[in-house]
Amino acid sequence: MMINKRRGRLAAAAVVMATTLGMTAACGGGGEETAGGGSSSAPAEKITLTLQTFGGGTNFGYKAAVEKWNAEHPNIQVKYNNLTPDFENTYWPQMLNWLQAGKGAGDVIGIDEGGMGLAKARPQFFTDLSQYGLLNRQNDFPAWKWENGINAEGKLFALGTDVGGMSVCYRKDLFEKAGLPTDREEVAKLWPTWDDFIATGQKFQEKVTDVKFVDGLNTWFNVVLSQEAAKNGNISYYTKDNQLAVETNPAVKAAFDFAVKVKQAGISAKLRNFQDPWLAGMRKGAFATVGCPGWMLGVVQGTVTEDGKNADAGKGQWDVATVPGGSGNWGGSWLAVPKQTKHPKEAAELLNYLTSPEAQLMAFKEGGNLPSTIPAQDSPELQNAVNEWFSNAPIGKIFGPSVKSLPPIYLGEKHSQTKAEVENVILGMDDGSIPVDQAWQRFISEAKKVAEG
Amino acid sequence: MSLNVDTGRVRRAPTPPRGSRHAGRKPPGSGLLARFDLRVTPYVLISPYFLLFAVFGFFPLAFTLWTSFQKYELAGEARFTGLDNYVKLMGDADFWNAVVNTVGIFILSTIPQLILALLLANALNKRIRGRLFFRLGVLIPLVTSVVAVAVVFTQLYGRDYGMINWVLGFFGVDNIAWQNEKWSSWLAIATMVDWRWTGYNAIIYLAAMQTIPKDLYEAASIDGATPRRQFWQITVPMLRPVIIFTVFVSTIGGLTLFAEPVLFNNGTMSGGSTGQFQTVAMYIVEKGFRQFEYGYAATVAWMLFVLILIGVLLNYSLVRRIGGGR
Repeated sequence: MMINKRRGRLAAAAVVMATTLGMTAACGGGGEETAGGGSSSAPAEKITLTLQTFGGGTNFGYKAAVEKWNAEHPNIQVKYNNLTPDFENTYWPQMLNWLQAGKGAGDVIGIDEGGMGLAKARPQFFTDLSQYGLLNRQNDFPAWKWENGINAEGKLFALGTDVGGMSVCYRKDLFEKAGLPTDREEVAKLWPTWDDFIATGQKFQEKVTDVKFVDGLNTWFNVVLSQEAAKNGNISYYTKDNQLAVETNPAVKAAFDFAVKVKQAGISAKLRNFQDPWLAGMRKGAFATVGCPGWMLGVVQGTVTEDGKNADAGKGQWDVATVPGGSGNWGGSWLAVPKQTKHPKEAAELLNYLTSPEAQLMAFKEGGNLPSTIPAQDSPELQNAVNEWFSNAPIGKIFGPSVKSLPPIYLGEKHSQTKAEVENVILGMDDGSIPVDQAWQRFISEAKKVAEG
Repeated sequence: MSLNVDTGRVRRAPTPPRGSRHAGRKPPGSGLLARFDLRVTPYVLISPYFLLFAVFGFFPLAFTLWTSFQKYELAGEARFTGLDNYVKLMGDADFWNAVVNTVGIFILSTIPQLILALLLANALNKRIRGRLFFRLGVLIPLVTSVVAVAVVFTQLYGRDYGMINWVLGFFGVDNIAWQNEKWSSWLAIATMVDWRWTGYNAIIYLAAMQTIPKDLYEAASIDGATPRRQFWQITVPMLRPVIIFTVFVSTIGGLTLFAEPVLFNNGTMSGGSTGQFQTVAMYIVEKGFRQFEYGYAATVAWMLFVLILIGVLLNYSLVRRIGGGR
């Protein structure tokens, strides 16, 4: 018994040593190998990597890409785990706790733009990707997407996945019911400006009473904020030296004022985005339009089709039109490898694969997530892309031209927490618990509370 | 009964019973080892509890107190700031809002809950058909998980597709956004709490009722007391120790209310857009784990501890007067 146990231990030790040797050996040549998109080097034992993401519907759109990886890498299996639709209130706080505790975070994790400010300021949480040869990816990315993945210590810790881009998703059947045109070209002509958009909403509401024109104030507040931020020094709630800019940045006030207009027009279904009633409303047709950055297409499709279980549900019911007010960049994410991972090399390889032009195009096909790499943006696959579920909308043409000129918006270290608080005010204004004339004061004071901590 | 046992012990005390451990040995207290055995062993035997308490009870308490004197951000530096957090907390409108919500929901849920439990227990104590079935039935909600209860109730209270609004619609009531107002959200959360805990309290009351001697009721009946009068003059006063216990437990549970209001707002800690139903426990999590102000969250946690102490003492002084005994 005793001897057996010892032998067992020795055997285990041998295995561990062999694996370590194998891994260091693989590391030696890893730099060049990983550059290709991560095929080669297999570890001696079967390992499982966990990929943690957030977002509604198809979220990061990695289903197909992960399946392909798992088929090609029998020894490095990936568990793709989308934790929650809500980044600010659920995913990011939980993730930070795991990072702080040194346990619980996946081997590769998704980070929304709103969390990147904080992630950059905490280099101790993330693996330096340059040791695995990922510095050679620089030419794939636009400068801003690349630079945002470099932390306070000057180390590369994250690579970009997708970018925002902007459009309007609308329900054709509901538009028809309201006597509005349904063709996407004509629909786009309805709203050259945001005021026209609201006027269209009021016209819609005259004919249709049981369904509202927009989902809620919050989605549209964010759409306008992303457009306006691009016109006002590319900043949002914080200046580039992390000072609160809610009062001084005209973009914030402009977006807020737009939210007030939507409120006063009475065209809001008063649903808070990314929460259950909103998702239910999307399935049941409680609103006719929703602001659609590229990735939102996947949220809509995934929600209505219940993650593909009823693949044909709602097919051809929705369409995509251009947005008033020009392009904006809302959302877009990065992938990083937490320092706590036991397999940093393999995780970096996976990260490299998932952010490759190839995988980004797969995600684009799956969920409409617009690629952030230049080769993928230039590819005919993107330019000529059509989304079958969204009434064959030519999303390549709708998003394509704007994708490359998307403005990078600076988001401060406390952006995520601040966003959660001020959006509560927008929500309160929406549901009527905060009077419109007091909302702006409250908006500022809530932001200040977070900023001052 | 208890009297008999007491006298028995007293009688036996001077001479240890034969065949006991010490029978063949020297009288206790003579050897050093024996004295050590007598003095120390009891403490060793009860020490596991105190060790566990030290690790899982006292240490967190003390560490929280220490943290509450610091400005301590996630993965940032901790700086000792003395009583700054407490001073700030006293003027923090959000904190006081959370206190009002917590106390409000507590009152709205506990008082009907305990009264209902008392009446329920009284009914179950009577001779009725299928008594066992009903007795077990009231306990069933307790077996369900809090999360399940909260999720289901939140759907029932849904604004657009909820069943309660659907039923109210037949009476011409417009859809109520239950999360929007203090009164409606408190009411909704109170029903979740009551649904789950009323049966538990009823069973405890029922158990206590069965220890009340029957002759008291017989005597009262002979004297012509109505069942109602018997309930208030005999049952309730006899239950007083148990009522005090249930009030304590529900005070602690009510003031640390967390899961129901969190799930009522889709798992967010804000408790509605203006904090209509944000409880103190939620405020702790929001500050500590959403905005990463660990020090401040620790301060709030200590204040909640104080709040519970005050609540328990207040309730104790109220409940002591039950039945007009003293």
